[in-house]
Amino acid sequence: MDTTQSGIAELLSRDEEVILAEWIREQVGDQRRSNLVADTELRSQSAEFLGLLRQAVKSGSVDDIHSREWDEVRRMLGDLSRVRAQRGLSPSQTAMFVFSLRQPLFGRIRHLFGKDVERLATVTASMNTLLDRLGLFTTEIYQKGKEELISRQQQEMLELSTPVVTLWEGILALPLIGTLDSARTQVVMESLLQRIVETGAAIAIIDITGVPTVDTLVAQHLLKTVAAARLMGADCIISGIRPQIAQTIVHLGVELQDVVTKATLADAFGIALRRSNRTIVRMGKTAAAATSDAEPGTGTH
Amino acid sequence: MERIPILKMGQSLLVSIQVDMHDRLALSLQDDLTQQIVNTRARGVLIDISSLEVVDSFIGRMLANIAAMARVLDAQTVVVGMRPAVAITLVELGLSLTGVRTALNVEKGMRLITESGGMEDGAGSDE
Repeated sequence: MDTTQSGIAELLSRDEEVILAEWIREQVGDQRRSNLVADTELRSQSAEFLGLLRQAVKSGSVDDIHSREWDEVRRMLGDLSRVRAQRGLSPSQTAMFVFSLRQPLFGRIRHLFGKDVERLATVTASMNTLLDRLGLFTTEIYQKGKEELISRQQQEMLELSTPVVTLWEGILALPLIGTLDSARTQVVMESLLQRIVETGAAIAIIDITGVPTVDTLVAQHLLKTVAAARLMGADCIISGIRPQIAQTIVHLGVELQDVVTKATLADAFGIALRRSNRTIVRMGKTAAAATSDAEPGTGTH
Repeated sequence: MERIPILKMGQSLLVSIQVDMHDRLALSLQDDLTQQIVNTRARGVLIDISSLEVVDSFIGRMLANIAAMARVLDAQTVVVGMRPAVAITLVELGLSLTGVRTALNVEKGMRLITESGGMEDGAGSDE
């Protein structure tokens, strides 16, 4: 094993420039290469990687790329994969960075150990394994980078999609967009209850126009939110129930218990105003002066 | 033994729970409250739980029980000042306190009792 490793180390240190030149030619000439990575960047990345690889092979074992000697190589590959993932390169385009090193490297190996068949075989085998591991490592990091991106977007979406708006003094509206799962229900509930405390609202309208489907689970989440708001002394009205949703609710046998439901947000707002002893009056040209004391919101409480 | 004070405001009784409830305290509160409702002929009971940070199923059931007892004695119970976290916990526990009226704070609770209780003198109301 030691002779194999020293063989690789020797190869890398002696022929570094030749390998680098061939490798870059290989990468630049690749038809499937994305134009998202500039040639100069590619050159500097390749040179850096080859240098780090040489040092790692010299001091550490080629069998364990997770040991301390490989820290720098892993860090460099990790950064590269993350950047490529963010720029929208595919996983194979990312992994090709490592795999394209195979041809130039094997050319040099054949050149150097061509006469010693047994050595040629062992060096080729361990180099193969090493490149495979490094390639897989880039894919792993690439995947992780994408997952981080997705979870960050999920978090942002969660925060963006639960606004609580004040329609009128004492009347809150909660327009829900997207599917309700338990995590979202939690956020919705918390922000609604918080706003109830802040504004002292007595009525909250939950508008589900933007909720694509209502199944038993979603209905249960809605009822939970309604119950929690009721415990804080606020009544809830559910509005924005589309015809299909109404059918689904009945077919599934979902019991919305004694929650008031309305087809549109406007209807719900009308009820909310009536409950708080307010009316909206149209102001005619002639009657404008007479009804000036009956403007919306000025009704007695 | 510590007791939870019950204050009379007009025709309503005001109970403010500010210590951790345990079984004995809850039982004595039920005793005292029913006794007071009868003695003062109160029409409304206001239970303020704004200083309770933790409410478990036991306290939830106790609140429901008190409301039921008061109803038998012809007095309405309003639970006021529940914190958002407490409300979420109760709902997750499956205790939505159906049959207990709720309000955001003492002022609104008092108004609720006054408006629906048909009290002649409107005692305790801020209006």
